[in-house]
Amino acid sequence: MPRVIADADLFEFTLALADDALVLGHRLSEWSGRGPSLEEDIALSNLGLDLVGQARLFYTYAGELDGNGRDEDDLAYFRNADGYRNLLIVELEPGDFALTIVRQFLYAAFLHPYFAALCRSTDARLAAIAAKAVKEMAYHLRHSSEWLIRLGDGTPESHRRAVEALDLLWGYTGEMFEPTTAEQRVVAAGIAPDRTQIRQPWTTTVDAVLAEATLQRPAQRGMQSGGRHGRHTEGLDRMLAEMQVLARQHPGAKW
Amino acid sequence: MTEIATPLWEVFIRNRSGLPHKHCGSVHAADATMALQAARDVYTRRGESVSLWVVPSSAIIASDPVDRDVLFEPTGSKIYRHPTFYDVPDEVGHM
Repeated sequence: MPRVIADADLFEFTLALADDALVLGHRLSEWSGRGPSLEEDIALSNLGLDLVGQARLFYTYAGELDGNGRDEDDLAYFRNADGYRNLLIVELEPGDFALTIVRQFLYAAFLHPYFAALCRSTDARLAAIAAKAVKEMAYHLRHSSEWLIRLGDGTPESHRRAVEALDLLWGYTGEMFEPTTAEQRVVAAGIAPDRTQIRQPWTTTVDAVLAEATLQRPAQRGMQSGGRHGRHTEGLDRMLAEMQVLARQHPGAKW
Repeated sequence: MTEIATPLWEVFIRNRSGLPHKHCGSVHAADATMALQAARDVYTRRGESVSLWVVPSSAIIASDPVDRDVLFEPTGSKIYRHPTFYDVPDEVGHM
């Protein structure tokens, strides 16, 4: 099949998916050793490892498309925050357990149907990564939904914290449905799903779980965006500083 | 977490179809759904499982260690209950 898309567009699209996965995966890894219970500590680490695994596959493919010989480590460890293309919602500092769960839920409710659609990509590499990742995201959605239901419909304190997390995160959900212009070309070429089409299944999932959790959908308001263009929160700088320090001090080190 | 809010559950995993579920440990969880999830997260990270059971620990009726002599010691002298006690004539072949 002739490729009707520039490699640069496909690179940017793939890199954004990789950055989303790595940044959220690292945020989840920050719970290791600090989880609210032994069981949830390891569960959050598992979720983080799923995402880091997805990131590696996307980075490796992005590196090949880039054609400058960059591998997954070059892309992960040797770009600064303004070079990252992740959504803002995944980079926000983990906050309390409620915030971590609400974020995982809002994001998985998007990414699960999105990857299900990406499985049908005409790009065999992306379709294969999505086929692996869609099962992982199905579990992320289930795990975070069950927790959110119990936080929302739990004690007065767990309910309050769930409401606060939902209010804080809601303004970052709009960006999930905004394709960049490069991505629009990738969509037009039949390689990527149209993320604006995911809003309807996302809304259905979110409304159903919030209802069971006795939580209200926050009112519509202005949405934050900019992550896809390298405009990030300060927290991402701090996160990358910690994540990248070893690789930058000892380039090429193996252990 | 308190024992009342998150009671203990015993976890059983089956590692291949056809084999019985085996006890592998326990988790704390608020209810059955969360217990199954916790069991998946804690005990099946390395492909150990094709099926999971969780059972409230409180549902297990255990023998009292004090009764060990009464319940189990007497079998020590019943060596004729082991198949190796019997000499099988060569003509029988494999049983």
